[in-house]
Amino acid sequence: MSEQDKNVKLSDNERLKRESNFLRGTIEQDLKDEITGGFTADNFQLIRFHGMYQQDDRDIRPERAKQKLEPLHNVMLRARMPGGIIKPEQWLAIDKFAEEKTSYGSIRLTTRQTFQFHGVLKPNIKGMHQMLNSVGIDSIATAGDVNRNVLCTTNPVESELHQEAYEWAAKISEHLLPKTKAYAEIWLDGEKSETTEEPILGSTYLPRKFKTTVTIPPNNEVDVHANDLNFVAIAENGKLVGFNVLVGGGLAMTHGDTATYPRKADDFGFIPLEHTLKIAEHVVSVQRDWGNRSNRKNAKTKYTLDRVGSDVFKAEVEKRAGVQFEQSRPYEFTHRGDRIGWVEGIDGKHHLTLFIQSGRILDYPNQPLKTGCRKIAEIHQGDFRMTANQNLIIAGVPADQKAVIEEIARNHGLIDDSHTEQRKNSMACVALPTCPLAMAEAERYLPSLIEKTEALLAKHGISDDNIIMRVVGCPNGCGRAMLAEAGLVGKGPGKYNVYLGGNREGTRIPKLYLENVGEDVYLEAFDKLIGQWASERNEGECFGDFVIRKGIVAEVKVSVTDFHA
Amino acid sequence: MLLSQLNAAASPLSQEQVQKLQGLVAELNPIQQAWVSGYLAANANAGALTGGVAATPAAGEAPPLTILYGSQTGNAKGVASKLKEQAESRGLTVKLVNMADYKPTALKKEKFITVVVSTYGEGEPPEDAESLHEFLTTKKAPKLDGVKVAVIGLGDSSYEFFCQTAKDFEERFNKLGAETIFQRADLDVDYDDEAAKWIDGALDAFEPDLKAQQQASGGQVVAMPFGAAAPAASQYTKQNPFAAELSVVQKITGRDSTKDVRHVEISLEGSDITYTPGDSLGVYFLNDEALVDEVLTLTQIDASSTVKLGDEELTIRDALIEKLELTQSYPGFVEKYATATGSPDLLKLVEDKAAMREYIEPRQIFDIIRQNPAQLEAQTLVDCLRKLQARLYSIASSQAEVEEEVHLTVGLVEFDAFGSEHLGGCSGYLARRAEEGCKVKVFSEHNDNFRLPANDETPIIMVGPGTGIAPFRAFLQERDAREASGKNWLFFGNPHFTQDFLYQVEIQGYLKSGLLTKVDVAFSRDQAEKVYVQDKLRKNSQEVFAWLEAGAHFYICGDANRMAKDVHQALVDIIKENSGKDDEQAEQYLKDLRSANRYQKDVY
Repeated sequence: MSEQDKNVKLSDNERLKRESNFLRGTIEQDLKDEITGGFTADNFQLIRFHGMYQQDDRDIRPERAKQKLEPLHNVMLRARMPGGIIKPEQWLAIDKFAEEKTSYGSIRLTTRQTFQFHGVLKPNIKGMHQMLNSVGIDSIATAGDVNRNVLCTTNPVESELHQEAYEWAAKISEHLLPKTKAYAEIWLDGEKSETTEEPILGSTYLPRKFKTTVTIPPNNEVDVHANDLNFVAIAENGKLVGFNVLVGGGLAMTHGDTATYPRKADDFGFIPLEHTLKIAEHVVSVQRDWGNRSNRKNAKTKYTLDRVGSDVFKAEVEKRAGVQFEQSRPYEFTHRGDRIGWVEGIDGKHHLTLFIQSGRILDYPNQPLKTGCRKIAEIHQGDFRMTANQNLIIAGVPADQKAVIEEIARNHGLIDDSHTEQRKNSMACVALPTCPLAMAEAERYLPSLIEKTEALLAKHGISDDNIIMRVVGCPNGCGRAMLAEAGLVGKGPGKYNVYLGGNREGTRIPKLYLENVGEDVYLEAFDKLIGQWASERNEGECFGDFVIRKGIVAEVKVSVTDFHA
Repeated sequence: MLLSQLNAAASPLSQEQVQKLQGLVAELNPIQQAWVSGYLAANANAGALTGGVAATPAAGEAPPLTILYGSQTGNAKGVASKLKEQAESRGLTVKLVNMADYKPTALKKEKFITVVVSTYGEGEPPEDAESLHEFLTTKKAPKLDGVKVAVIGLGDSSYEFFCQTAKDFEERFNKLGAETIFQRADLDVDYDDEAAKWIDGALDAFEPDLKAQQQASGGQVVAMPFGAAAPAASQYTKQNPFAAELSVVQKITGRDSTKDVRHVEISLEGSDITYTPGDSLGVYFLNDEALVDEVLTLTQIDASSTVKLGDEELTIRDALIEKLELTQSYPGFVEKYATATGSPDLLKLVEDKAAMREYIEPRQIFDIIRQNPAQLEAQTLVDCLRKLQARLYSIASSQAEVEEEVHLTVGLVEFDAFGSEHLGGCSGYLARRAEEGCKVKVFSEHNDNFRLPANDETPIIMVGPGTGIAPFRAFLQERDAREASGKNWLFFGNPHFTQDFLYQVEIQGYLKSGLLTKVDVAFSRDQAEKVYVQDKLRKNSQEVFAWLEAGAHFYICGDANRMAKDVHQALVDIIKENSGKDDEQAEQYLKDLRSANRYQKDVY
């Protein structure tokens, strides 16, 4: 609070965290309330710390109001899966629950390398947590003002390096978890105990959500600049030696509020492996103590850095951790996409990356994706890995199982050679009908937007090229549109803000090009721009670089000054 | 007499009472005045009735005509009331008693008895009649030699044991020595005319003996027209319904529900119809025109043919749409239609009651015509059919809240049979065919057996699963408007929480405002084991009993066949469990509650 007026009123979320008895609130009473399918008052927020959001089917909200029925309340659950690794037996349990106990029947892979259940009714919530617990999964702190699920580049090829990086992701996740036993008490009928402190997160937890990754260059699949804290793996001769630490990335903003902006992370420098947990702990502790707790729109690490200065923040971390950052080691990001199809790892195992549109695993007509995944899980000897691009890797397949797994995948639409590069490089968040924040469609709109974009590429004779395109229902950041070459951010039903100028590697923030426009307007603009790009681009020049070079949008170098300029 | 002319000398009131009355009347509008008049009359009537039951006639007093009624839905009670009204207008002394309130030991003092009783289910007596029905077969039953009796039954001829309870009563009375003085009538669902005829005949039979006895004992008879006790001032009745605007028909079950329940709002503007929470609304409906046209085609009748219905002449098409029953089937129709068409298949059924029953069960009337088409004269077809009956719905609103509206909660009857969708006559009309803004013919039907406690501080427990919630919505609106301080506890049930929680948002609002003290819900199909309202009652056994002990009134509305019985049994168990009473004592506890009007049912 060093620079903040101590008299500034704290946000209401601070009160509810303080009064929550370490995240317990009165959730247990709400579970017994049979008159509503929702959670009341503070509990509505507190369940987020346990990995759930209260949602409802927004498509039928007006209809139900007329029927004198409350909204169709349900929860979305987001599991904690550091590095996105799932064992086949876990997959089978998840599949069964999704099929039997969720309204939508799907397993939704997310940009944070985990899965979500959508549409779980209140009477099924406890059973869900107990099912997860029985296969070694929880959902602690995957939402709320805490360190959330820790990402790790999936990199199946360099298996040894990945294994080390993955273990660090798991260790960081454990280290930064809330220590309260509220989760076990409420959901697993665990023994009641008294919590007296949260040594790392503090008794009122963090000012805002906090996101962490472990990244293996040159693949920036996890989008480091969307995260508060990144450990970029530095290897020597295939062995992990330490991390470059990148702090203060984040994409969320608020429409119409120029004090909010997407921002890239700053490179604090290199640390050897042994300091990893200490540095993680103290980046968190400095943000815990210095982050803005009166204005939630200004509370993330990125704003703390811009307010106190990156150097001051870094010096405080060094002081608390007793560790000096070394000179940053060189590394390079070259891409973010997943390589769809088979690769062979250096350990001789085979890995099949399946493209899953918008991460939604469901049995569609003629494409029974969920059944396909289940059949693979029934025979698979390795594991599954969820990528930050919402795709799924069948990892660690011995050579003699390749053919049978490929056959299942093909028979169930999990391998579809007709998917274009444009489709594989497009992404959407969940949005309507379940996300309460969505202002416009995203996941449900993406397929048609892709088709229209493909048509434009074809029209201009560049069908083999693609644009990293991301559609999100609100400016909150889940679909990482603020690191796309072309990002559509929902503004209202059928209306989007269009941002252009990100790059392939995910190291540049795009800039506003069209505001609050409908499809006819931005498709017309895309038509013109793609035409120009096709005829006037330099050799190998991607769309994002092209629009910057041509001055179609100005480059965002320093977000705080450039983004709204 | 105008109130302004009212003075103590010309009325039974004191001067002070006259002034109070004048002061009150000055504040009331005509509708309120009419309501007060009805309220007071009903009040006086209820008082007289209770007094009459308790007191045994003093020596030398003339024996009255005792009308014992056992009613499930109120129809038998209605007929009994008409009987009382007619008897009184002839100057006869009458005692009208619900069988449930009748002490069987009083039988030996009776000289003249009429029994008005309905039958439901598999020939079962209505709950109120159960104990007397049984008592008459026991050794405790007294000899009734010299007693004159007449019995009238109400039932539905589509059931196998049509009017069985009435038959039982007559047989049991005869066995005890009582003499049937007028032939029993078994009334079918369209009973108004026949009931009136029977009342006249029965009273003609009783009158000479009764008058002789009553004059011999010097009894004074004050004839009081029963009409004075009718609470409504409106000119609209079952026979003369009001054409009201249907303002809202809103489905209130979710899109994935297996049930289609409609919230219906009807405007009573301009009718002066008033009602009290607990009352029902009678609704006339139009048959499906497509079905009518199909029936005409099947019978090769020209739609414009004129037919006679009573004194009325109209086209066959209009008669079939507006006046005649085409949905609810019953053996009488099959009999007449079999004769009219000469269909051997149908004629065979007439000989075999069991087969008839099985045949009728899945069929609506038009199914029978559809499956047995034959060329008919228009009038012949009309003569096969019975008059369309208004359907009664428990009113779901209070005028204190909705003023000149009336709300209903209507469950659509729908099922597939013989390859086509079938709808209930009235529910199908309201839910599917009637358009908002059209006119529907309605009348209000009073039900003094289902009333909020007069005391606003009295706690109430309401058990209303499914559309049984309707009158409790009215109760809650009423208590809310009256700012009644009594506690209110609602038990509701239906298949699924997300789809079938009728009036959920309103109930949540009442819980939040504190009007509802407690709500317990049973959604039977949301878990492996089915949970019903009676299970929820049992779960709250101690508290339910504590409420009863604290004077709570207990109400049940909804399904008569299963739910009301299960809830009754749950209550018996709760009373036993919490008081150490045995079965009989627990039943007595409930009987006492019923006598005190603290245990009321509106079941169907």
